[in-house]
Amino acid sequence: MQFGVFSVSDITRDPVSGETPTEAERIDGILKIAVKAEEVGLDVFAIGEHHNPPFFSSSPTTLLSHISALTERLIVSTATTLITTNDPVRIAEEYAMLQHLSKGRMDLMLGRGNTAPVYPWFGQDIRQGLPLALEHYNLLHRLWREDVVDWEGEFRTPLQGFTSTPRPLDDVAPFVWHGSIRTPEIAEQAAFYGNGYFANHIFWPTSHSKRLVDFYRQRFEHYGHGTRKQAIVGLGGHAYIAKRSQDAVDEFRPYFNEAPVYGHGPSLEEFTKGTPLSVGSPQEVIDKTLTFHDAFGDYQRQMFLIDHAGMPLKMVLNQLDLLGEEVVPVLRKELAARRDPESAGAPTHAGLVQAKYGDAPARQPRPNANRGDNTAGDMPYQDDES
Amino acid sequence: MTVQQRRSEGAQPFRLVVVSGGTSDPSSTRMLADRIADRVRTLAEDREEKVATDVIDLRELATEISTALVSQLMGPKMTRAIELLGRADAIVASAPVYKAAPSGLFSSFFHVLDNDLLIARPVVLAATAGTARHALVVDDQMRSLFAYLRTMTVPTSVFAATEDWNSKELGERITRAAIEVLLLMESGFAEKVRSESWKSYQHEYGSAGGTELEIDLSTDLMRLATGGSAKPNRKA
Repeated sequence: MQFGVFSVSDITRDPVSGETPTEAERIDGILKIAVKAEEVGLDVFAIGEHHNPPFFSSSPTTLLSHISALTERLIVSTATTLITTNDPVRIAEEYAMLQHLSKGRMDLMLGRGNTAPVYPWFGQDIRQGLPLALEHYNLLHRLWREDVVDWEGEFRTPLQGFTSTPRPLDDVAPFVWHGSIRTPEIAEQAAFYGNGYFANHIFWPTSHSKRLVDFYRQRFEHYGHGTRKQAIVGLGGHAYIAKRSQDAVDEFRPYFNEAPVYGHGPSLEEFTKGTPLSVGSPQEVIDKTLTFHDAFGDYQRQMFLIDHAGMPLKMVLNQLDLLGEEVVPVLRKELAARRDPESAGAPTHAGLVQAKYGDAPARQPRPNANRGDNTAGDMPYQDDES
Repeated sequence: MTVQQRRSEGAQPFRLVVVSGGTSDPSSTRMLADRIADRVRTLAEDREEKVATDVIDLRELATEISTALVSQLMGPKMTRAIELLGRADAIVASAPVYKAAPSGLFSSFFHVLDNDLLIARPVVLAATAGTARHALVVDDQMRSLFAYLRTMTVPTSVFAATEDWNSKELGERITRAAIEVLLLMESGFAEKVRSESWKSYQHEYGSAGGTELEIDLSTDLMRLATGGSAKPNRKA
């Protein structure tokens, strides 16, 4: 079981101080948050992708490769990488590079994005969002698994004899989560490929997220990747912790009330009751998080949103202390005690290498001398069958 | 279920749901809706049928409706209202007229419902106002909202201005609307449309108040989810 934090990278005015951080301050801050996440014993840090203010994270692999250089154990990931408006060839190249630089301490989560103008900025049509996402992933999947790809589709210029470089580390594709809230096709695609399925699990009640998780588990088994219990599920969550319950409510309320997306709407109490949000003492956050296991069964990754809505860096770092010292250790113990031995372990590069090669050495692709294209003559790598 | 079955079993009453946008207590908008619902019940009794009525008073849901408008959160009262409407055999929807339009509370309630929750349900539209000059609000504004929701709205609308409350004609219009909606319930029209043609309407996963959970694995998109590219499956 992996625990982590994920950030949407919003740069929001702090409603208590009235200050809005600069982009430079927030970017420095996110590095401190990621490094601290490792220090307090968390496993994963993930960042969103946006292409408009007030967000900074337009280039997640640049940020994540820097974070991976500052850390030793932390897995860096995304929440989400836009599979719709990014060219899948660029995703294949950039994330393979990140995989090499982080020595496999990375994975990525694919999503469609929720900002309508991003589509036309990148020459795409939001009405085709779902087929775009599905087709793009089908291509991405092949680019990481086949040295030479011929491909033709609806949304991208065709490829003839294309090789995405560098080849994935140890010739093992990065692990992929498909993020979706209400789209059965995305859950089906995750199940078809045996990839992970991630439910954002923030704005909707648990019962809402459970429907597609159950569907994904059933289809994962249908496609022969293992039993339902062996499907790989990740969940979002949203918490604010203080030693004393009432302090948590008092400290978090001004941020909640003005938060992007749900602020100025439901009360903190209504939202806490109706969604997975927990605001309270470490024990209250532990109790609520354990209800996720009651609903979804064993799952592999729990991510918390703790840094949005203008919360100052000091407050976020304090949240990480509480999460790492008082909440996650108890959750690890409780969830380990509940765990069915049949269920899948959390995805890691080492695990994927073991699954592919067993005890045999991993393939290390070694290119032939450059000849400018991949369509004529020998195959591009020395160990390829020609 | 056919009328004959209902009569022979004598068990399951028709489920009528009143939605009232009245904001005072007592409210003339609620009173108008109750008169229509009572008339449906007495007419049904004459025909040895039973009607069970539930009431959704929107004034009690006001904060949950505004929350639903600005977030995706449905409170417990909204959830109950959606459950009631989802299994209603017919609906009486009654609004006060403010500024020459059905009240914002009334319209907002219907705005946050799933588009497919009320498909083919028989509906009586009613409105109250302080002046007869608002009489066309029901047919000109409310009827189009319910057309969007694809309800089976009965031909007779019921409008009551202050001066109508003491008139015999209002009672006659109420009876006319009540007979219309009762006949539509008896015909089983809504259930037939739903059983024979449900798929021909647009749905989203989890729509129809969370009941639309069937997943069709044979679509072009589902094929695309399982490998390949969009081109071969798409029509020109």
